[in-house]
Amino acid sequence: MSSESIAIAKSRILDPAGLVEDDLFRILGAALGGAVDDADIYFQQNRHESWILEDGIVKDGTHGIDQGAGIRAIAGEKTGFAYSDEVLLPALTQAADAARAIARSEGGRLPGPITLGAGRSLYTPLDPLGSLDEARKLELLHAVDREARRQDPRVTQVIASLAASHDVILVARADGTLAADVRPLVRLNVSVVVEKKGRREQGSSGGGGRFGYDWFLEQERGLEFAREAVRQALVNLEAQEAPAGTMTVVLGPGWPGVLLHEAVGHGLEGDFNRKGTSAFSGRIGERVASELCTVVDDGTLPGRRGSLNIDDEGTPTGCTTLIEKGVLKGYMQDRLNARLMGTASTGNGRRESFAHLPMPRMTNTYMLPGEHPPEEIIASVERGLYAVNFGGGQVDITSGKFVFSASEAYLIEKGRITRPVKGATLIGNGPEVLTRVTMVGDDLRLDRGVGVCGKEGQSVPVGVGQPTLRVEELTVGGTRS
Amino acid sequence: MTHAMATHPDTAPLPEQATLDDLVAQVLEEAKRQGAQAAEAGVSFDTGLAVTVRLGEVETLEFNRDRSLGVTVYVNGSKGSASTADWSREAVAETVRAACNIARHTAPDPAAGLAPAELMAREIPDLDLYHPWPLSPEEAITLARRCETVARDHDRRIVNSEGASVYSHQGLNAYGNSHGFCGGYRTTRHSISCSVIGEEGGRMQRDYWYTVDRSPTLLDTPEAVGEEAARRTVRRLGGRRLATCQAPVLFSREMAAGLFSHFLAAIRGGRIHRHTSFLADRLGARIFPEWLDLHERPHLRGALGSAPFDNEGVATRDRTLVRAGRLEGYVLNHYSARRLGMVTTGNAGGVHNLVVPAGDRDLEGLMRQMDRGLLVTELMGQGINYVTGDYSRGAAGFWVEQGEIAYPVEEITIAGTLQEMFAGVVAIGSDVERRGSIFTGSLLLERMTIAGE
Repeated sequence: MSSESIAIAKSRILDPAGLVEDDLFRILGAALGGAVDDADIYFQQNRHESWILEDGIVKDGTHGIDQGAGIRAIAGEKTGFAYSDEVLLPALTQAADAARAIARSEGGRLPGPITLGAGRSLYTPLDPLGSLDEARKLELLHAVDREARRQDPRVTQVIASLAASHDVILVARADGTLAADVRPLVRLNVSVVVEKKGRREQGSSGGGGRFGYDWFLEQERGLEFAREAVRQALVNLEAQEAPAGTMTVVLGPGWPGVLLHEAVGHGLEGDFNRKGTSAFSGRIGERVASELCTVVDDGTLPGRRGSLNIDDEGTPTGCTTLIEKGVLKGYMQDRLNARLMGTASTGNGRRESFAHLPMPRMTNTYMLPGEHPPEEIIASVERGLYAVNFGGGQVDITSGKFVFSASEAYLIEKGRITRPVKGATLIGNGPEVLTRVTMVGDDLRLDRGVGVCGKEGQSVPVGVGQPTLRVEELTVGGTRS
Repeated sequence: MTHAMATHPDTAPLPEQATLDDLVAQVLEEAKRQGAQAAEAGVSFDTGLAVTVRLGEVETLEFNRDRSLGVTVYVNGSKGSASTADWSREAVAETVRAACNIARHTAPDPAAGLAPAELMAREIPDLDLYHPWPLSPEEAITLARRCETVARDHDRRIVNSEGASVYSHQGLNAYGNSHGFCGGYRTTRHSISCSVIGEEGGRMQRDYWYTVDRSPTLLDTPEAVGEEAARRTVRRLGGRRLATCQAPVLFSREMAAGLFSHFLAAIRGGRIHRHTSFLADRLGARIFPEWLDLHERPHLRGALGSAPFDNEGVATRDRTLVRAGRLEGYVLNHYSARRLGMVTTGNAGGVHNLVVPAGDRDLEGLMRQMDRGLLVTELMGQGINYVTGDYSRGAAGFWVEQGEIAYPVEEITIAGTLQEMFAGVVAIGSDVERRGSIFTGSLLLERMTIAGE
């Protein structure tokens, strides 16, 4: 797998520029020396496209190529970084000089002997842009449009978009490691507007992963997104004011796992903990959740949007246990923060592109299943909120306060789901919220492949998941007090 | 090190405007050659330096240098777009080919096309947007260090730091289309920011502050930024929750700018013609109180949102969006205007400086006017539904009693509808926010629902 990826990366990035492996390590040699502990070069070629259907016709499409190399030199806690969109020897050498400036030293140490990095084989190194011909891409969008409109006469608008990226990366490290990955990623999104007696509501759905476009044709996945978007919009058409205040909340399985991403995930990233700026800093071994909770970050799930064969520093991804039976077990690490904390990288060093610095990031973050059937969890609640779909979330990792916004929710009254309520933001405290998990469902599900995580201005694709959860005392930001 | 930097292309001057103009012409020519009846192209070159100092030591030193080239072609009424960072002749031809290939498959859309030729900017006024800062990495490091030192020394409760950063950026752009329009200009943007952490009773809080301007001489001093970052962090310590209630809410000026950005999002042409905004079909309706006007001022000299023309080459001009509380116009590009049977308002790419007339009381004055309620200084999450206007976000700030701050609050939400919030504006402060493209003072709202304990 890794050698196939390396061959593809060389032919796409190095060969056209007339570069060979030895050149990379010569450039790294220029960045090394003196106080520099580590250095790497990250080459990337990302080809991407999107097609958009609206008003029943495919009216817009884009194609783009982003290519370049980023060079990083690290001395202690200091990082020097420069990048170039020209993959040519002089430009790269200049970038290496600039990156080395951080260490105020002359270059000239030799990198380690070249070794090929290990990697996983979680997806096929295919080019998703070429996985269907243009006519069939358009036909997929039209089929989604027809399916959505067929669901209900109240559907007044359908916007469907199809996107793919073919991301080829090559990492050369000062220790001599050479690693590559070919990362396909596709996504289909459907957004609909429904209208009844002048009231309008929106619903949206979508999904994707590290496949070709044909994935959407299998098991009617694309059509299912259309049906789901209409279903959500129709539910919202009937939604009444959401309650305001602190109450029991039952979170549905799958995408509501954004709770874990915000409440504990970010706070367990190595950089914040190395610096002591997270509400979880220094708390390894402490109880931070009820003993029903085991949470992992797993970059090794085949085909998943958040999965990677290697991270962006050439480290094979892993499955890291963050919380085990309620006890904080570990952090997610990249090479820099792992070294400074005296531990090993967990394969979570990720970057948006060659023009951005890597840092510890999540992959697929989820909670392992428990024992209760979801019906039993709902039936156990006297009065509360059942939230099954969410928009985004946000967290202040220092205070631990986090939010996530429900886009489909219902009231639970006397153990039964009664009526839909409007979207509302839920707020809680990360280090406390999982201690209030009193029931965990047996229905673990992962999201459909739509997550984008933002940190310090960098976006990367991620996944989340969880079984149905009963959480006590979450604050629901509705309007009805 | 300075010498090494000086020879580095990242600190080299920008290319000449003519270089970019020539590239645009080359792209348009190639589009014509490949069969496009109309085309438009944009290119940009950006270069910058960013340093972060944390706990007195350099943490990162980054050199940025980005190029981009984008083209949109119209072939028999169908549209296709493509982009690349490669400016070579071969890449230009390939990028145009990719755009034309897409246009071969998309369906004709009668509303698509270039904005009308007669609306193109005739001249490109100098809006005073370019003030390069000859800043060496050492100088940037020194400024960041001064900033962070003041923040860390401000109070013994400041126990940690996320660092102070200094950023300097310059860019050059050009846009042209097959009407024969081609224009471009240079811009700069510089900032100093700082974020520190305070601790009290085993609980940590973080806050930040920043200064940003087109001109380095108009930035606040690094010491002032550090001082304010520390002051804001310390005042959050000991935050409590509130009981669920309804109360007046005062948005600090930074948060008020965010609220007006929601208004601008709700009157964007794309949402209006799709009927996905609660403000669709509301032209002429009373949205805000009668005393409130909102103006767009694209030519303010040196302002962060200023631009001589929009992303379609249309000359920008002063306009009134809200007069006497009534909605006077939408925010339109050519496409959404055509869909609505209107004319573009020169807002392809957004609104260029929204000016909210300042009131006569500062933040303290507005707190006294509110007497008892919530001062919001931070909002979290994206809980806004533009179709319905429903608003629900996480909040932090201060509870105000008898016109003065009583204690910090956190882990609460504020909720309502944007309709009620806009109609319920009681006053705008005199403390105008200038660090963005929305110029507003603090904003007092009649009441919202606060969810807490």
